[in-house]
Amino acid sequence: MIPDDVKYTKEHEWVRQEGRTVTVGITHHAQKEMGDLVFVELPRPGQQLKAGQPMGTVESVKAVSEVFAPVTGKVVEVNEALADHPEKVNQDPHGDGWMARIDLEGEPQGLMTAAEYRAFLGGGD
Amino acid sequence: MAAQPPLKTTPLKDRHLRAGARLVAFAGWEMPVQYQGVLAEHRAVRTAAGLFDVSHMGEVEVSGKEAVGWLDSLTPNHVARLEVGQAHYSALLDENAGILDDLLIYRLEADRFLLVINAANTTADLEWLGSHRRGGVEIENVTDATALLALQGPVAAKLLVQVMGPEVESLRPFRFRFLAWGGGEALISRTGYTGEDGFEIYLSPQPAGQLWDALLERGRDLGVSPVGLGARDTLRLEAGLCLHGQDIHAGTTPLEAGLGFIVKLDKGEFMGRHVLARQRQEGVTRRLCGFRLLERGIARHGHEVYVGDSHVGEVTSGTHSPTLGQSIGMAYLPWEATQPGQALAVQVRGSRLAGEVVPLPFYRRPRT
Repeated sequence: MIPDDVKYTKEHEWVRQEGRTVTVGITHHAQKEMGDLVFVELPRPGQQLKAGQPMGTVESVKAVSEVFAPVTGKVVEVNEALADHPEKVNQDPHGDGWMARIDLEGEPQGLMTAAEYRAFLGGGD
Repeated sequence: MAAQPPLKTTPLKDRHLRAGARLVAFAGWEMPVQYQGVLAEHRAVRTAAGLFDVSHMGEVEVSGKEAVGWLDSLTPNHVARLEVGQAHYSALLDENAGILDDLLIYRLEADRFLLVINAANTTADLEWLGSHRRGGVEIENVTDATALLALQGPVAAKLLVQVMGPEVESLRPFRFRFLAWGGGEALISRTGYTGEDGFEIYLSPQPAGQLWDALLERGRDLGVSPVGLGARDTLRLEAGLCLHGQDIHAGTTPLEAGLGFIVKLDKGEFMGRHVLARQRQEGVTRRLCGFRLLERGIARHGHEVYVGDSHVGEVTSGTHSPTLGQSIGMAYLPWEATQPGQALAVQVRGSRLAGEVVPLPFYRRPRT
């Protein structure tokens, strides 16, 4: 459940880079830890993000967790479907549950490969 | 810092782990917070039935020839009116009518009662009871000798009849009886904390596993599933039921909390009565109300509540209601702002979200 074609952060976001644009979301591990999500708060298109700063929140029935921008750049698109269907993040965190597309400014810093993320999780999923 | 004592476990822990439960520390106990997921478990209780292990609840037996009068002196509901085989909801009050705990009182025999108290308050309650004990009253903590299962939902009665016998069908709300199980006796009461029809079953730890297995096995085709503390909280909040430590506590009285039905001023003197008599005569200045948010977001315990520009209090409990699909919560509001439809706002992190007062409970089960 840790795809090899994306990069990861210690806060359990994933980053898929295509040219100068990245798609980001939270990992399978993160959604599993949160449990059933009932609310997702996303950044606004056009919003300027700085790597490591909060860009949104995910809430399960019992818990709130911040989602941090994994890269610096400008939000060009967000997954509007999550407003009515936050469960997509649980069902398909690396696919339909994506959160935002960001136009990169500079190069991504400090991201982990799948192997590194796997080791970071201690060999779990 | 002193080392934490090891967590207590219920007799069903191994079964929870095998069922894929996530266990968490709760009030000194290691308890299942969820199995397959809070939303699915919540739905199971509303549409079929759910089985809960709530063996962490405290159980205290009170007996003796002075037991009735003594319990009536410490609690606002009328213990002397209880029949053998009947239970009622009540509270332990301090001198100011502050709620030290809420509880169920079962009349087992004329002079013998079972008090069911919150796990988080068990130690403090026992100290309180012990310090007020008088001659002719015996108090025994039977928590460790008592497992407690709750079976809740529209098919609960049908399933329990299959597993324990036809006698349970005729139990009325807040009535109980004893039935044989696993070489001993189990106390079965028609009570619960979910807003659904259902039962709570008290029995010795040893045969509890066999009952748990039988209910899940026979219940499979009915859609019955195990349910953790996560869904227990969303279910009770939808039903408008208070959680001690959040919605009610020593700083709130039963009348402020909307629990006037447990306050029997005419039964004679009892702890906190003078405050309740005054509140009933003069009216309370604030009252626990339900609200819903009209904007996206989730109000949670501790968030600030505003009426106009005035900060009037905090959310005592708040969650996303799985049944209603909206954010619901409770808060103490000034008396003049308690009417349904009253506009309010809740500070959820950076945003002040609009909401309105709604009548409690948020959810009422369909009557058949």
